Amino acid sequence: MKKYDAIVVGAGHNGLVTACYLAKSGLDVLVVEKHDYIGGAAVSLELYDGWKYSNCSYVCSLFRPEISRDLELYKYGLQVIPYGGGGVLMENGDHLAALSDHDAARQEIARHSKKDSEAYDRYSANLMRQCKFIKPLLMRTAPDPTSFKPRDLQELLYLGKRFHGLSEPEMYEMARFWTMSVVEFLDEYFESDVMKAWIAGTGIIGTALGPCSPGTAYVLLHHYMGEVDGNIGAWGFARGGMGSITKALADCLKDKGGEIRAGSGVENILVKNGRAVGVALENGDEFYSDTIISGMDVKRTFLKTMETKHLPDDFVRQVKRFKIRGSSGKLNIALDGLPEFPQLPEGSQVTRGDFHFTDSVERMERAYDDWKRGTWSKDPYLDVLIPTQIDPTMAPEGKHYMTVFVQYAPYDLADGEVWDDKNREAFAESTISLISKYSPNFRDLILHKEVRTPLDIEEKAGLTEGNIFQGELTFDQLLFNRPVPGYAQYRSPVKGLYMCGSSTHPGGGVMGAPGANAAREILRDMGAGRQTGRQAA
Amino acid sequence: MTAMQPKPFDSRKLGMRQTPFYPRQMDWTITNDWLLWAGYTSPGSLDVVEQEYFAIRNSATVFDITPMCKYRVSGPEAELFLNRLVTRDIRKMRDNRVSYVIWCDDEGHMLDDGTVFKYSNTEYRLCCQERQYDWLTDNAIGLNVEIQDVTDDIAALAFQGPTTCRILKNLGLAGVEEMKPFDIREFPFGKGTLSVSRTGFTGDLGYELWIDPEQALDLWDTLFEAGRHYDIRPIGSHALDLARMEAGLLQPNVDFQSAEFTLRHSRRRSPFEIGMEWQVDFTKGHFNGRRALLKEKQQGTSKYCLVGLDIEGNKPAHAALIYHRQKKEIGRITSAMWSPTLKTNIALAELKRPFGIDQKEDIWVEIYVDKEMKWERVMARARIVSTPFFAPARKNQTPPADY
Ligand SMILES: Cc1cc2nc3c(=O)[nH]c(=O)nc-3n(C[C@H](O)[C@H](O)[C@H](O)COP(=O)(O)OP(=O)(O)OC[C@H]3O[C@@H](n4cnc5c(N)ncnc54)[C@H](O)[C@@H]3O)c2cc1C
Repeated sequence: MKKYDAIVVGAGHNGLVTACYLAKSGLDVLVVEKHDYIGGAAVSLELYDGWKYSNCSYVCSLFRPEISRDLELYKYGLQVIPYGGGGVLMENGDHLAALSDHDAARQEIARHSKKDSEAYDRYSANLMRQCKFIKPLLMRTAPDPTSFKPRDLQELLYLGKRFHGLSEPEMYEMARFWTMSVVEFLDEYFESDVMKAWIAGTGIIGTALGPCSPGTAYVLLHHYMGEVDGNIGAWGFARGGMGSITKALADCLKDKGGEIRAGSGVENILVKNGRAVGVALENGDEFYSDTIISGMDVKRTFLKTMETKHLPDDFVRQVKRFKIRGSSGKLNIALDGLPEFPQLPEGSQVTRGDFHFTDSVERMERAYDDWKRGTWSKDPYLDVLIPTQIDPTMAPEGKHYMTVFVQYAPYDLADGEVWDDKNREAFAESTISLISKYSPNFRDLILHKEVRTPLDIEEKAGLTEGNIFQGELTFDQLLFNRPVPGYAQYRSPVKGLYMCGSSTHPGGGVMGAPGANAAREILRDMGAGRQTGRQAA
Repeated sequence: MTAMQPKPFDSRKLGMRQTPFYPRQMDWTITNDWLLWAGYTSPGSLDVVEQEYFAIRNSATVFDITPMCKYRVSGPEAELFLNRLVTRDIRKMRDNRVSYVIWCDDEGHMLDDGTVFKYSNTEYRLCCQERQYDWLTDNAIGLNVEIQDVTDDIAALAFQGPTTCRILKNLGLAGVEEMKPFDIREFPFGKGTLSVSRTGFTGDLGYELWIDPEQALDLWDTLFEAGRHYDIRPIGSHALDLARMEAGLLQPNVDFQSAEFTLRHSRRRSPFEIGMEWQVDFTKGHFNGRRALLKEKQQGTSKYCLVGLDIEGNKPAHAALIYHRQKKEIGRITSAMWSPTLKTNIALAELKRPFGIDQKEDIWVEIYVDKEMKWERVMARARIVSTPFFAPARKNQTPPADY
């Protein structure tokens, strides 16, 4: 049987990014994907005639521009369109509109609190300062803590001082920031409930923590770190849905001679004498290579897709400990027309961007309480978008596609309940009835809906427990601790076996950075003098 | 001549509000050159910029400063509050006087500058460029003082130029000629009052006029009628910017960066680093940044200085880098212009110490000139000069001459 230079397990965007970079360096690369479709959590499937959904991830910001440029993804049709608007529809009939013009935004916020309207600048400046520090670390392999004396937080502070000339007070500020809750952080700036709720939402998305839980301030930053055309923190739609990102990557890979096999789930990563030698598929096929790269999450990779006897006990224990709790669900809805939201002024931009209905952190924390009790939120935090107002490719003319991200929903239901059709429908109903409270014609416009519970996300995207980031983004699981201390540099205890998914540094989101970083480390290990199949041929 | 009706709320139009003077400026403009200033539509120019500039130095100009931030500071501890906020001692101010002030954060870095209007020990107004409500209210905690944002409650015009006093006399403001620089006086106007301060941002003779927005258009119309024979004209911010540079006045976020919004620690500046040591009074007791500033002064750790430059040639040195002996980079230009009055190529510049303090010789400015699609690089010699570049006697003369 043919031997490849490298085999990537999982055609998520990170696996594909790694594969593209390797193929670009002349390697003979095979990607094997369990599902009949590629993309993982960056996927667009047509489940209802004429509609393309962004079934999992739905907005793009984090995807690193360096990767688009290196791989010339524009050639393969990738176009990210920034969107404006967004805001919060409030229970009392008012709203908070997110406006991109600085002075307009200030005046809008001032309707709710004059102080907050000005504090917003101060808040943004501080967040940007934090971003400036952390961003350069993203496209680099996480530093090896063993080569520095101080560890963890101390090491970060060291890096801050060393490379970014942070002042003493800023270092303290940073240390606090990394560990505090998003509510604590926002309390230092804002007084109005709706303002705090609007921002705090970003701190809990995909996170099994409440807005008052320590560590959530960082999640906020993680979402703020992206950019669209240099506009830090801006978000956009991938034209045609998030699947067009993975489609572009797949086309790029094929162009460079790479091969993708869909419907080819790996049952076992083959290890011989302590080193990876190939993969055995569920259908019995085997493929061989000295370099196996897993784009799956760490739990799936090491606990389910290989025999743990090949791994040190300590490592296995740490992988088991890795927090990967599911906390979110998703609704994708085909609409017969644009829903009306009568409480918004005519021509309002609120529904053109990401909009929400949670107008206090109190409500958000209550939503989290439901999750802790093992059930979905009765009053969930929703992140809603209607991309078809801007993207003409996702639905027929005059019709619309709505994506609804739902926070919170647990992977395991309490009281002996399971995620069956009845519960799935009840979960969807809590979301639909919330939106209907604000939009009287919404329910009647629904033509089709796809409901994704954490269990569905696990089954259809391959994310363990449905955790959208392949592991939570808390400080103990970041940088040199991601996924586990000592293995933050894409290598594993098994020689020739690498990781490149979102479980690795710098983490989840359609960012591509783990994939690109992994490729670099792999190429480094192969060294300059390597013999590759294609070069030899 | 009635005031504009408030428009119904339209969130799409936020950030492009019109001041009460907008309809008159709209009538005047032939350039249709509008900018946004703090969320208001504000003219960059209404006519040829040079003509507007020369009107500042020759006759009388009207610039709509309604968008400027204005805060009412009142209450038993208003004086204490302000004195802790700003670096100079405002307890020395008499009633109905204005004082230029600056304020810093706890680390002694510049936040903003502005003017304090004192009406009594318990009644002040603070005018400034950047929004400060948040900072002011945070600093008011524990003090018996009330902070109110009155930006929208007061319409204001900067009325600047050699014939302005004459025109105000024509307007019937009895005794206006006795006003000294930084004086405030109130005059009856229509059904209300017109507040006049002898202040401005041009370094010339001039006043600022403060009025109830309801009476704004009445003020405009009677003022222009009174100035009919003196080439009174509205101007935009471009002309004003030229005048303020000649006057050596700093523009926040142009000549220094407000510490609150700087991402990079190293971009923050102390008053000592922007030529504002005369503003810092260590004898007055506690104020924001005092400890840090005292340390900086005692240890001599200031890293920068802001100087005036006289640059050879006539090409404005916008955003240019500055070199010592044409080799070592020592700073940058923050504001630059060809001065039509001085016939000099002037600039405000930030230099790394000791340049500008102990080392003042052999300074060069690298200027790029666009010669019809071709860049030409010029190394121009520069001389450090004191500011203001231009300070006409009429600025302080009391009573002022009629022209
Ligand atoms: C509902 C939801 C909404 C989200 N919203 C956003 C968003 O708006 N913006 C954003 O930036 N991020 C968002 N995210 C996060 C983001 O989508 C993910 O973090 C990211 O897509 C993960 O990419 P990955 O390549 O690391 O892993 P994955 O996409 O999980 O790729 C892993 C791949 O491995 C495959 N696989 C699994 N097991 C096997 C096997 N045994 N053999 C072969 N293949 C296997 C899977 O099928 C999958 O294709 C969202 C995620 C979810 C679930």
